[in-house]
Amino acid sequence: MRVTGYDTGGFYDEMFDAESMPRPEAQLLLDTIRALGDGQLERCQQAAERILVQLGITFNVYGDSAGTERPFPFDLVPRIVTAKEWDWIERGLKQRIHALNQFINDIYHDQKIIKDGVIPEEIVRSAAFYRPQCVGINPPKGVWCHITGTDLVRHSDGQIYVLEDNLRVPSGVSYMLENRDLMKRTFPQVFEGLRVRPVFEYPSLLLETLEAIAPRGVTTKPVVVLLTPGMYNSAYFEHSYLAQKMGIPLVEGRDLVVEDKSVWMRTTKGLRRVHVIYRRIDDDFLDPETFRADSLLGVPGLVEAYRAGRVSLANAPGNGVADDKVMYAYVPDMIRYYEGQEPIIPNVPTFLCWRDQDRQHVLQNLETLVVKAANEAGGYGMLVGPHSTAAERDAFAAKITAQPRNYIAQPTLGLSRVPTLAGDQLEGRHVDLRPYILYGDEIRVVPGGLTRVALRKGSLVVNSSQGGGSKDTWVLEAEDRV
Amino acid sequence: MRGEIPPLLSRVADSVYWMARYIERAENVARFIGVNLNLQIDLPLAPSQQWQPLIDTSGDAETFKERFGLATQVKVIEWLAYDTENLSSIASCLRLARENARSVRETISSEMWTQVNTMYLQIQTQRSLPEPERMLDAFREIRMGCHLFEGVTDATMSHNEAWHFMRLGRMLERADKTSRILDVKYFMLLPSLRDVGTPYDDIHWSAVLKSVSGFEMYRKKYGRITPSDVVDFLVMDSEFPRAVRFCIKSASESLQSVTGTPIGAFRYRSEQLMGQLRAELDFTSVDTVIRSGLHEYLDRLQLKMNAIDNSLRDDFAVRSAPAMSQTQTSASGTMTQVQGSGPGSKA
Repeated sequence: MRVTGYDTGGFYDEMFDAESMPRPEAQLLLDTIRALGDGQLERCQQAAERILVQLGITFNVYGDSAGTERPFPFDLVPRIVTAKEWDWIERGLKQRIHALNQFINDIYHDQKIIKDGVIPEEIVRSAAFYRPQCVGINPPKGVWCHITGTDLVRHSDGQIYVLEDNLRVPSGVSYMLENRDLMKRTFPQVFEGLRVRPVFEYPSLLLETLEAIAPRGVTTKPVVVLLTPGMYNSAYFEHSYLAQKMGIPLVEGRDLVVEDKSVWMRTTKGLRRVHVIYRRIDDDFLDPETFRADSLLGVPGLVEAYRAGRVSLANAPGNGVADDKVMYAYVPDMIRYYEGQEPIIPNVPTFLCWRDQDRQHVLQNLETLVVKAANEAGGYGMLVGPHSTAAERDAFAAKITAQPRNYIAQPTLGLSRVPTLAGDQLEGRHVDLRPYILYGDEIRVVPGGLTRVALRKGSLVVNSSQGGGSKDTWVLEAEDRV
Repeated sequence: MRGEIPPLLSRVADSVYWMARYIERAENVARFIGVNLNLQIDLPLAPSQQWQPLIDTSGDAETFKERFGLATQVKVIEWLAYDTENLSSIASCLRLARENARSVRETISSEMWTQVNTMYLQIQTQRSLPEPERMLDAFREIRMGCHLFEGVTDATMSHNEAWHFMRLGRMLERADKTSRILDVKYFMLLPSLRDVGTPYDDIHWSAVLKSVSGFEMYRKKYGRITPSDVVDFLVMDSEFPRAVRFCIKSASESLQSVTGTPIGAFRYRSEQLMGQLRAELDFTSVDTVIRSGLHEYLDRLQLKMNAIDNSLRDDFAVRSAPAMSQTQTSASGTMTQVQGSGPGSKA
């Protein structure tokens, strides 16, 4: 396949340097791609898509009455991360998760960080995912964020930043695992000569993490289950996939019942005790007695059982307090406060519209900034200044003035790009990277992650709901370990 | 640190049981169609005699008549194989089997899931009648696909509680279908009793045997084809895997594995009913059956199997509370279809 005239378009490209020369770590991969016959990469790509359909690796499209399932688009050209850079990312993520966990625990207990004047109280109290019902709860081992999917992006300056923390119910890890399997199956020759670190241990590590947080006093092997909203949820594939790989029951709310402040599941032999629940249901829907009364997905009394220490929940309810985009701006301060260190991975500079000075700046520079609602995810509730119309900017200006607490703004990032198959040639497409961090007895990061890619030309939005796809992520083994 | 493996969730038991039943049902519909296509070549009859009986067994004769009128080959095959409004069509059975499989993907093996999904996708793309020269092959492939699923199940999944629930479902469904095909053919053949001993009679009874892949095995055991031997073989045989007695024996073994009750005893209503039926099949002779009227006998047999199915539900809470979730409204009604028309829907 000819790879000439590839245009980096002035963006940071993960495979080519500014002079359009291959980066050293990408040389071998590029040689392999160049050696392919005409159309071979496309054929591999089509084979991969067929396999996805056959395996039923699909997500459900909401708002479609036929219950349509679609495969999450996959691009065969991987994203490469060097050993040195990964080492830095791993240290940075561990530092960040440790600080965030301390912050959440502090907020639901002594609130020292507020008392010491680092974070204003009203910002914490007004965070959409702050849960007063969780005050005073002591989750096993003091861990609140067991599974995190931090979004990282690289800007045109070559620097990697944290974009979002995703502490609540992060998804996508099944695609990280499946993408690797798919690569091995359809394009095995690209692995030749490279030492790509495996990701397959993730389900084992996840199970270890979940078993590590069994309620105090459980001495036998704890019964761990995965709680799903059901098979019409968009992430259902991932729920069943993880339950299968861990060998644990996949349960729905209707399979569980709370009696005597303990959680039980309905089996063919009557009720059986459950110790740990990896819940893939948002806080709001977890327990109609504690949170939203109209939820039919959850289990009445679950939070009482949790509060009584008879069942453990991962992630811990209430941990979303740190997922607020205003709180995000304070994470570097949290790291300094709790860890006594400077943050390893920087934040994207963030303007908080509730600050008068910041708001003035934002309102005057809407055409260059990205404005985000503090509590939305999935690429919704967002204004991308450079791609916006005057009418859209006016609408956002009105929203910001009306509810300054709910908006933040950041400079428009020139997300880095990776060559991606477009028709019969490679073109640069913008990517982000979501590594997965587990926290049980210790903090662990699987070497890899989900590289999401904006498949539409020029698009900066990588979300699957908005035309995004994914790529395999290759973390290379350090030279001295090869 | 190894703990006790918890028993199966009731909801999961229900889903694997139904998944197996739906696949078995799809296979049997493909058998009915296949054998009739064969028969038509040997012994062409008017459509009312040739294809109407297939509609009669399906229990949807009224709906069919309203929609299509005369039971021609094309209409009947469309209805039985591809029509999505017919909840017992092959397409519907495979969709329901897949929906159930999808809800228990963590319980079954990946290979099993892939096989169900592949069959579902195949019939989705087929959707309408194949070319005449492809017709027999198309239904043979569906049959083989279902066999493949059964083989993959036995070879890739632990023979654990979930596996036994699947075998229970598969065997009860199979016994039900064998009894139905026998019933309908016997009924259909009665007017031609004057043909007894003629080649036509042979062709008919061979067709019945072939529809359950029993022709060769029958020959080895009985040689000549006589109606009472065919009944003996399809109802009372303990070695042929589609014979009612064999199926009930297998189902009762699986039930015992699930409950852990020793042989000859019962703790659950389903065990009691299953044991009674098993004993009855073990100790009844074919002459008694024919004397008392085959149709009446098969009718009672089906009612007994339905009663077992109902008691399974009660004993293992196999049907849990109705599914409700915010997201399910987007696929309204699907859940009721997942657990759709049971064997209880008497045909």
